[in-house]
Amino acid sequence: MILKLDYFYYVLGAMLLMVAVMALRDRHNPKRYSSALFWALYAVVYLAGEQLPPVAAGVLMVVMALIAGFGGVTLGRYGDRSPEQRRDSAQRLGHKLLIPALLIPITTVIGSTLFKDVQIDGRFLLDPKNATLISLGVGSLFAVATACWLTRSTPLQAMRESRRLVDHLGWAVVLPHMLAVLGLLFTEAGMGKAVAHVVTSYINLDIRLVAVAVFCIGMALFTVIMGNGFAAFPVMAGGVGIPVLVGVYHANPAVMAAIGMFSAYCGTLMTPMAANFNIVPAALLELPDKNAVVKIQIPTALPLLLANIALLYFLMNL
Amino acid sequence: MNHTVVNLWPLLGVAVIILGFALRAHPVLVVVAACAVTGFAAAMPLDHLLASLGTAFIKTRNLPLILLLPLAAIGLLERYGLKEHAQASIARIKSATTGRLLIVYLAIREISAAFGLTSIGGHPSMVRPLIAPMAEGAAETRYPGLTMELRYRIRAMSAATDNVGLFFGEDVFVAFGAIVLMQTILHGEGIDVDPLHMALWGIPTAITAFIIHAWRLNRLDAHIARAMMDKGAA
Repeated sequence: MILKLDYFYYVLGAMLLMVAVMALRDRHNPKRYSSALFWALYAVVYLAGEQLPPVAAGVLMVVMALIAGFGGVTLGRYGDRSPEQRRDSAQRLGHKLLIPALLIPITTVIGSTLFKDVQIDGRFLLDPKNATLISLGVGSLFAVATACWLTRSTPLQAMRESRRLVDHLGWAVVLPHMLAVLGLLFTEAGMGKAVAHVVTSYINLDIRLVAVAVFCIGMALFTVIMGNGFAAFPVMAGGVGIPVLVGVYHANPAVMAAIGMFSAYCGTLMTPMAANFNIVPAALLELPDKNAVVKIQIPTALPLLLANIALLYFLMNL
Repeated sequence: MNHTVVNLWPLLGVAVIILGFALRAHPVLVVVAACAVTGFAAAMPLDHLLASLGTAFIKTRNLPLILLLPLAAIGLLERYGLKEHAQASIARIKSATTGRLLIVYLAIREISAAFGLTSIGGHPSMVRPLIAPMAEGAAETRYPGLTMELRYRIRAMSAATDNVGLFFGEDVFVAFGAIVLMQTILHGEGIDVDPLHMALWGIPTAITAFIIHAWRLNRLDAHIARAMMDKGAA
């Protein structure tokens, strides 16, 4: 492989280290030492990576969580330009401003489809397992370069701007990462078996509609708890979908699987545990209520879950 | 038959999460507390627990890349007026409303995801710099002096629209990870399913999701109109 994911870990590590240094030097940040320590520790995760002993990485994660949890990560001052200045340059640059922004998705799409299998001297250009992420990384670098050239700014200014956004995100940056850790720990501790046991032991699945409803609602509920439909699917399919819906009611397995997974996605819309989709955007869009996205998604998710139950009930024996 | 007793103690970890969110404790602390309780409930020694956490923390570090790598470019463009430009552009389209704009975005997001192009869109690279400012701008053009409450609602709806489009589009794509995962699991249980069939049976839900969410976006326009009329009357 010519381009490895590891290179982008180093890029991100360097970026986080810069954020830490800038935080340390920002006298307007009331908690600059703990803020700087938080970002420096996160930089270590990317720069040292797998060389870090597992116990050390675990301690590092707990320390980061304690700093963030007790309000140790705060905002500084970023030298923002005034709205008038921004409007002036928006008028001057016009649609050109869109070019770097669109370069990111365009490069990602082209890289992950057209360049996925390209080989040079028998080596893959992109690591095939991570083609999408690597293409996104390349696209981001292209975008920074183009944006610097268009606006005649320096890469250092780009770093300051990424610090501004990273700081506004604050602890929301690490929440999805830590939730993924919790999900893996749940799996290791046998959470799936415990939930499937509770669901199948206490509910009467002899009525077809009840069995369908338990399957769909179980998928959604389990996803609400785990924050991830991929964790819910094996549990509910193994606990109810295959033995009851397919085994007893002769459901078409393809329908059971497809609508089951979509029921799990209804759960994803309703949980703060899916922080990537629900909490991070609230932080990105500077919403005062971090659960605002979850709240606004519930009226879409609940009717859709009911629709899934009906669809599965009527389509599974077609 | 080999009957193993199911250990129900790990469920305590779930209880910690529910309790933590109910008490509005800091989410990061809730997650770490849930990790500790789950680990002890599963009778893991402390060093084993820390090693498990550490290994998982390193293994999942690819996750924040999608969020963090685009920020430098987006931040720089914002400094030079990207949001202002997006708002000015939408103000020139007279028929544009927040709801209509978001319905168009929902359709683009869902259809492109169904063809496997999930990287078109996303919260850091599309919603924050372009979609949310345009949705806000469309309302601002019609109703100058838009309240902050409505602004927050429009922004949250922009994020929600991206999620709904992505989730219910991507699962219709045959080569998507979820389809591969389902196929693997079903195969392990002795059932062989054609991935194409799973993708096709996703279509009824995908269409229902579009209808329900588009209807809500339509209602958002009505909600904005009513709220601003009340404000004008008051």
